[in-house]
Amino acid sequence: MAPEPPLLSMTGITKAFPGVRALDGVDLDVQEGEVHCLLGQNGAGKSTLIKVLAGAHQPDTGTIHWRGGPVTLRSPMAAMRLGIATIYQELDLVEHLSVAENIHLGHEPTRAGFVVRRRTARTSTAALLRRLGHSEIEPGRLVGQLSAAQQQIVSMARALSHDVRLIVMDEPSAALDPDEVDNLFRVVTGLTAEGVAVVYISHRLDEIRRIGDRVTVLKDGRAVARGLPAKTTPTREVVTLMTGRDVEYVFPPRPAEPPTGEAALEVRGLARNGEFDPLDLVVRPGEIVGIAGLVGSGRSEILETVYGARKPDAGHVLVGGRPVRPGSVRAAVRAGIGLAPEERKAQALLMLESVTRNVSVSTLSRFARAGWIDRRAELGAARAATRELSLRPDNPAVPVRTLSGGNQQKAVLARWLLRGCRVLLLDEPTRGVDVGARAELYAVVRRLADEGLAVLLVSSEVPEVLGLADRVLVLREGHVVHEAPARELDEHRVLDLVMEGSPAS
Amino acid sequence: MTQPVSPPRYDSGKAPAAARPPAWRTLAARADVRTLSLLGVLAVLTVIGGVTKPDEFLDTRNLQLVLTQASVIGVVTVGMTFVITSGGIDLSVGAIVALASVWATTVATQEYGFAGILFTALAVGVGCGLVNGLLVAYGGMVPFIATLAMLASARGLALQITDGRTQIVTVDSVLGLGERDAYVLGIPPLVLVFAVVTVIGWLVLNRTTFGRRTVAVGGNAEAARLAGIDVRRQRLYLYLLSGLCCGIAAFLLIILAGSGQNTNGNLYELDAIAAAIIGGTLLSGGRGTITGSVLGVLIFTTITDIFALNNLQSDVQQIAKGAIIVAAVLVQRRTASTT
Repeated sequence: MAPEPPLLSMTGITKAFPGVRALDGVDLDVQEGEVHCLLGQNGAGKSTLIKVLAGAHQPDTGTIHWRGGPVTLRSPMAAMRLGIATIYQELDLVEHLSVAENIHLGHEPTRAGFVVRRRTARTSTAALLRRLGHSEIEPGRLVGQLSAAQQQIVSMARALSHDVRLIVMDEPSAALDPDEVDNLFRVVTGLTAEGVAVVYISHRLDEIRRIGDRVTVLKDGRAVARGLPAKTTPTREVVTLMTGRDVEYVFPPRPAEPPTGEAALEVRGLARNGEFDPLDLVVRPGEIVGIAGLVGSGRSEILETVYGARKPDAGHVLVGGRPVRPGSVRAAVRAGIGLAPEERKAQALLMLESVTRNVSVSTLSRFARAGWIDRRAELGAARAATRELSLRPDNPAVPVRTLSGGNQQKAVLARWLLRGCRVLLLDEPTRGVDVGARAELYAVVRRLADEGLAVLLVSSEVPEVLGLADRVLVLREGHVVHEAPARELDEHRVLDLVMEGSPAS
Repeated sequence: MTQPVSPPRYDSGKAPAAARPPAWRTLAARADVRTLSLLGVLAVLTVIGGVTKPDEFLDTRNLQLVLTQASVIGVVTVGMTFVITSGGIDLSVGAIVALASVWATTVATQEYGFAGILFTALAVGVGCGLVNGLLVAYGGMVPFIATLAMLASARGLALQITDGRTQIVTVDSVLGLGERDAYVLGIPPLVLVFAVVTVIGWLVLNRTTFGRRTVAVGGNAEAARLAGIDVRRQRLYLYLLSGLCCGIAAFLLIILAGSGQNTNGNLYELDAIAAAIIGGTLLSGGRGTITGSVLGVLIFTTITDIFALNNLQSDVQQIAKGAIIVAAVLVQRRTASTT
């Protein structure tokens, strides 16, 4: 350790949200001029930690020291004034303003307090962009016309316009092409040479090896390892630190015999440019097939394309051996496919409506004669379907928004159960579902499969895929790198595959 | 387990038989706070009218007049309620009423008599609704812009047809419907039409797949799409429906005024939106009430009548309307946050 105090030192940071303890006593030290990498699985607490650092969340307990003295980061402005800038994954730039206007947003150089000195703004913008080695970006261009990589540079220039000493970057390489990543690394190296510290979040171990100085690993809201050397710590050790959780989920037993029937769902060469490569897969009745992959690996896109919500560039989908018209949700639903989407509230539920109406919405015509709904039949059917899934409370007349996350998910499943679908697509089925309610949801999914449904499951939680699925496809950057029965895989191996792309030795 | 099993299907299971409470009790339980408060406002207005002008306000002829005037805008509001419930807006209703009323009263159309006028009014309404619907549903235009464009063009066309002149109706069978001896049990035929449109509108919104899909599209269009609803076709139908209502309203207006004019239906869009909103339909979509909308229309029409009887200027009226809209929305926000 350097003799002088670290630039930033966070100790014992805790932060709880209703139902979750997102941070459970995290420590983090960052030295001047270093690239400090933050690693951890989804839900490990990375985003919460950087939001605390950005002043967007207030920690429940814990202290933050900045250049040796204690500070409180009451607001994003307070963090900014100290010299802490955060570049989030979704860039917060105003597309219809110019580069210079974006960079000086909120602190425009002015004359007499309100007249913007446009020339000064342009000159200082040009200087900042030169410092980042990107003088080719024209300060007068609209940000909306720039590429993702250039927008990221503008974000960094904006951070630097505040005399910044620490930049937090949340998965900056996720949206970039490989040569743009090289460029990003040059910029980061340049910044650290000036003494600016960088907290770098990424899922890609190879990047961390190239650019990082030290690594802190988060797991279940705790820092399980601090200040590991980024270049020399073996992959196996890092993966071991990230896995091995405290909470063990209970998964229902698999059928003794693997299902052998005709394929219920067959995907042939399905592809979308820039999202996922040609994909082949088969799901038989009674089988649960899981897709494991990180955010941005193309897993949700695959499900939505199978479902017809996105139009494929190549390939097709067959249900029961018959091709489904591509790019049409209605065709997919008619063919017997149901989707429980990732964003339940935004994509599946009618939050103002009752459980009954949410369950019956895909089946309305079955309860109607000449458009006239038989509401008693509708209610009875909704009741039967929600009972089958033990949805609580046992009263389908209650508004769906009053339900817990797990029961809301059951309402979505009941919709497809009622429809009598043959293929069920589950995208992050336990997102927003309490740990306690998960086991029950897993049991429901397995029971539906046992009753003859073909289930295709996508999850960023590797244990969930391994525990629930019969067969697992491992996806990395839109490409299936491995396929195996779930019982032949473990969490280590899958994480190795999704992060490095090759099996660990 | 290896046999493919067809997944279970649930047909109408038996709901547990519950003892039915008396009809009045279910009715009282169903009438929510909002409906009751609107009825309360209407009652207060009636008292004000009865106190300020006891002889004139409660006169049967005056009440017939109030209801007749409410009929035209009321029919438009029923259509508007559907559109707003689906998360859309139709700014062109007033202009469509104007265009339909002048097209249906040209000399050429009047030659075909009653049927010609009725058919033309409805056809023009549906035609304009079709254009709106295609632009919104399949052209991907924002409803605000598409119907604003229709507002401008339909008004322009209406002016072109009439050249600014009032087109007097000479077909007796049409004019006769506005006469006193056409009243059924003291109820003007126009009011009967309004009542029928209201009842059908209520049933369609609350009891049919069409109504359910309208609410679903307005509540969460993406969820509706992913649930397998044809959201675009639904939107097309909704603007068609609004256009049809405008056509009906235009026919009523022709009967009422005995003429067609390009200035007909001026600012109907604002009155219809205001009535729907104070009635409790969410401007953001996902919840709509025909009952509320009709009460909203009756409240506005009653205010107009009271002001007219008391010789108050229309500018004062406008201010009062504005205040009521604000008050109603504020009250609704409160009740919405407490329930």
